[in-house]
Amino acid sequence: MNSARLQHLIPGTLVLLLALTVVWLSFTREPAESFLFPRLISVVMLALAFWNFVRAATGLAKVGTGFTASLLVTIAPGVAVMIIFIFFLAKQFGFYVSSTIAFVAIYAIYDPAPHSDPKSWAKRVGVAIAFMVLMYGLFSILLKVQTPRGMFF
Amino acid sequence: MEFLNHLGGVFEPVAFLLLLGGTIGGLILGATPGLSPTMAVALLIPFTFQLEATQGLILLGAAYTSTVAGGAVSAILLKIPGAPANIATALDGHEMAKNGQGAKALHISFLSSGIGGVIGVLLLIFLTPVLAQWALAFGPSHLFWMAILGVTVIGSLDSKSFVKGLLSGCLGLWLSMIGYDDIQGAQRFIFADALTGGINIISALIGIFAIPQVIEMFAKGRIASSISSLEVEKQSIWASVRETLGYKRALSIGTVCGSVIGLIPGVGGQIAGLLAYDQARKFSPEREKFGSGYAEGVVAAESANNAMVGPSLVPLLTLSIPGSPTAAVLLGGLLIHGIFPGSDLFDNHPKVAWTFINSMLVGQILMVIFGIWIAGYAAKVAKIPNPIMAAAVLVLALFGSYSIQQSMGDVYIMLGLGLGMFFLEKFGFSAAPLVLGLILGPIAEANFIQGSMIATAGDGTLSYFFGGVLNLFLIALVIASIAYSFWASIVLAKKTAPKPEVTK
Repeated sequence: MNSARLQHLIPGTLVLLLALTVVWLSFTREPAESFLFPRLISVVMLALAFWNFVRAATGLAKVGTGFTASLLVTIAPGVAVMIIFIFFLAKQFGFYVSSTIAFVAIYAIYDPAPHSDPKSWAKRVGVAIAFMVLMYGLFSILLKVQTPRGMFF
Repeated sequence: MEFLNHLGGVFEPVAFLLLLGGTIGGLILGATPGLSPTMAVALLIPFTFQLEATQGLILLGAAYTSTVAGGAVSAILLKIPGAPANIATALDGHEMAKNGQGAKALHISFLSSGIGGVIGVLLLIFLTPVLAQWALAFGPSHLFWMAILGVTVIGSLDSKSFVKGLLSGCLGLWLSMIGYDDIQGAQRFIFADALTGGINIISALIGIFAIPQVIEMFAKGRIASSISSLEVEKQSIWASVRETLGYKRALSIGTVCGSVIGLIPGVGGQIAGLLAYDQARKFSPEREKFGSGYAEGVVAAESANNAMVGPSLVPLLTLSIPGSPTAAVLLGGLLIHGIFPGSDLFDNHPKVAWTFINSMLVGQILMVIFGIWIAGYAAKVAKIPNPIMAAAVLVLALFGSYSIQQSMGDVYIMLGLGLGMFFLEKFGFSAAPLVLGLILGPIAEANFIQGSMIATAGDGTLSYFFGGVLNLFLIALVIASIAYSFWASIVLAKKTAPKPEVTK
């Protein structure tokens, strides 16, 4: 089995398992009236998921580029910052401080300018602060909408 | 001519300022590759919470119109279409810019967009009230089939694989069922606390459209921007107006193609632009000039993709069926303000409905004026480095999803759906049918339950849902949309199949 077929088999299997779970939950949970529509949709979903799985297993599902090791390595740091920012920083530090940290981190990770150059760091921090000042003016002063609060603001 | 009674609403100070801001902002966002019109409108929704319904819709409508047109700037000057709708524009537009006719290409592009857009909105003005009244004849079974049709059409046409397209639609329908059931209050598919209140449509839209784009920007890695913008020389606007109006055939083809395609749910501006370009080339006596920097190609593509905008809102405003992902986002914006499309919108909220539609008409004119004026600056914005754009979109996505209900749960759902969508997109699953399923799910379910109750008291489920001319017509359309995609996938598979080697 080649790598492309194996890759397509992973989402195919995951979606099939999800469809099986949805069918099982739809037909076993009560009250039945509440699951009338889920039952209808889940059966169609299972049929399509099975069809998709068969296509993936036989090598017919070729749409989509899939993942390469280099793609995963490139996106991993950014995705990690994203997850840390949303699940931890935003709640702990508040929206503006955490957003500034995440902004600088993402900019630094993907900025082609050398990390050893203090000027590039000054630019990154400056751009992040300018953007957040703009956001603060827009959200907190002009629109007066609530943002996630933490130990800072 | 009721729309004329509400024209003044567009020129109220706050409304007009929002229209202006939405138009200029939309032009800049549209010119930025990677920021699609759908994503731009989704990110703008949280900014409308503090506004009145009319004002909020004016902002969203202006952004929708001008992002589609703004995409032409980067298509012409950078050869990077700002949105899929501008792919056809790049074919001749960039060649014109390379030949030293960048300003002329931009002028012609915005003027054609404006002409196509005005005709498209006029179609919206005259068709919508008639269809909204006709929609009163729709019962629960018809609305159920309409919702299913919305998902199958977009699932089969918007996806490269129709099985994955339909499966994406089913995933969206399933996601819409998560939370408490409306009738019995039963818990359905609640796997985590954040899902107790169900999936909020706006945070889901932000996640599905914004997060995969952010990760795609990450995927470009630490590469210095190699985008080079062509210089724009001065050009007389009146000469461009005269030239644009001279391309009557391309304008007519573009406007007709865009308007018709806009009315079909799920087809979208990309196909409108490419189809109009192709037809204009076929009917042109100078077809060999297409692709080498011929203004007629720009006229056809741009008049089509903006003529599509108005008609794409007809199914949304009459039947609550969004015809495109951007229309689905606008539906979310309407629902947030407690307004339900259909005859209710025109009977009970005529000011909201007509001021919104009128604003799209005035917005087309503003879009032409400001498009021509700021096109050169917008191209500079398009060169903002990827990491800055990715970080800014991520911050706006967090803010947007949080501000709906001040709940971090919505933010987690936004991120979860976004990461999931990025993974699925890599394997050919499509965001548009998933979003349509998510939005149309509650409409389909409510009408399915209501229809089942009527059927139980009457002739039975089978004859209620499968009887009557309108039901059969809608079912035939559902089957036709699936059958067409199935046939198209077989044809494509035959075309792309490796040819057997010839043995000597």
